[in-house]
Amino acid sequence: MAHIALPDGFPGISAGFAFRPETAKPMRELAHLLLHEPGSLSPGERELIATYVSSGNCTVFCAMSHGAAAAAHLGDSSIVERVKADFLTAPVGAKLKALLVIAGKVREDGKLVTEVDAQAARALGATDLEIHDTVLIAAAFSMYNRYVDGLGTWQPTDPAIYAQMGKHLAEEGYTTPSIRQPEEMHGVGGRK
Amino acid sequence: MPHIALPPEHIGIRGAMAFRPETARPLNELVEILLAGPSTLSKGERELIATYVSSRNCTFFCASIHGMIAAAHLGGNEDLVKQVKTDFTKADISAKMKALLVIAGKVQQDGKLVTPDDVQAARKEGATDLEIHDTVLIAAAFCMYNRYVDGLGTVQPDDEALYRERGRMVARNGYVHTSKEYLGNEATESVAG
Repeated sequence: MAHIALPDGFPGISAGFAFRPETAKPMRELAHLLLHEPGSLSPGERELIATYVSSGNCTVFCAMSHGAAAAAHLGDSSIVERVKADFLTAPVGAKLKALLVIAGKVREDGKLVTEVDAQAARALGATDLEIHDTVLIAAAFSMYNRYVDGLGTWQPTDPAIYAQMGKHLAEEGYTTPSIRQPEEMHGVGGRK
Repeated sequence: MPHIALPPEHIGIRGAMAFRPETARPLNELVEILLAGPSTLSKGERELIATYVSSRNCTFFCASIHGMIAAAHLGGNEDLVKQVKTDFTKADISAKMKALLVIAGKVQQDGKLVTPDDVQAARKEGATDLEIHDTVLIAAAFCMYNRYVDGLGTVQPDDEALYRERGRMVARNGYVHTSKEYLGNEATESVAG
């Protein structure tokens, strides 16, 4: 049960967003810029970074929704599972692996990132902007994850719910709600 | 030294924001709403929450600047800010603030640590759902700002007087307005309204 009176039927962050639209606006815009707008890292790669951080923070809603968005972009959910389990052996590029090392450190504590980590990413072709965005994606998900968990939001575990959400996120991005009618959720996965 | 080529004339988060004005805009808008927007918690109280979280994350720049902004809102009482950083349970702040700082400290570690008992305790001292929401989000947001500042290896000078002066300025003018100094008017325009 949520710790405060969040609107009924909204899963995860969508409940926090519906409760406080003023703060939802910049939080949505930030996610849209970092994950969806055109960039030299593909949206699939950036969603993998968000998924990896959320999975490390054990935030079910974010790990599953961004994992579904990554799978929708990549057309393959097995890559997502491999990145979560052990990205070093996952079928992703060497540059992305170097960026995931940085993201994993930021998730723990930004001070753990070293000049050597940045150099390693650069040697594999990462630009300063890509390193910047990797740090900010990992930092931002350290916020989104804590927001979702700290309010005690409802975090369903049915993958079918997330498949639909991931498709919306991959196609539309983050400026519009992926859950418009919370009632729809009942038909898909039910609600405890 | 920063890990990437940040503009050398700006310290702390300002260097990162000047590097990427697009993301600076929502980052500034969020902090403006949370810490300087209308609220039943005073600006000083909200800055104390931000300071406490930044101090626990050992992010020197954020803990210093928000500590000085808090002090500016609290009549220049830097001792109170220091007391909140070292042991808020003994600080001269309300029981409601202490209950909210317990929640903020848990969010700083992991949001899942917040229990219904923590929330009940805050409610018993008069905290509203919106105040609890904003406490959770301030704590969560500073886990982002802190990691952003540290993760890029930004320059964080050890200069109390500098933070005192900047703290007074931000307390007076707010975040979005102050950001024009390093982002230019253009990047801040769409949040001005």
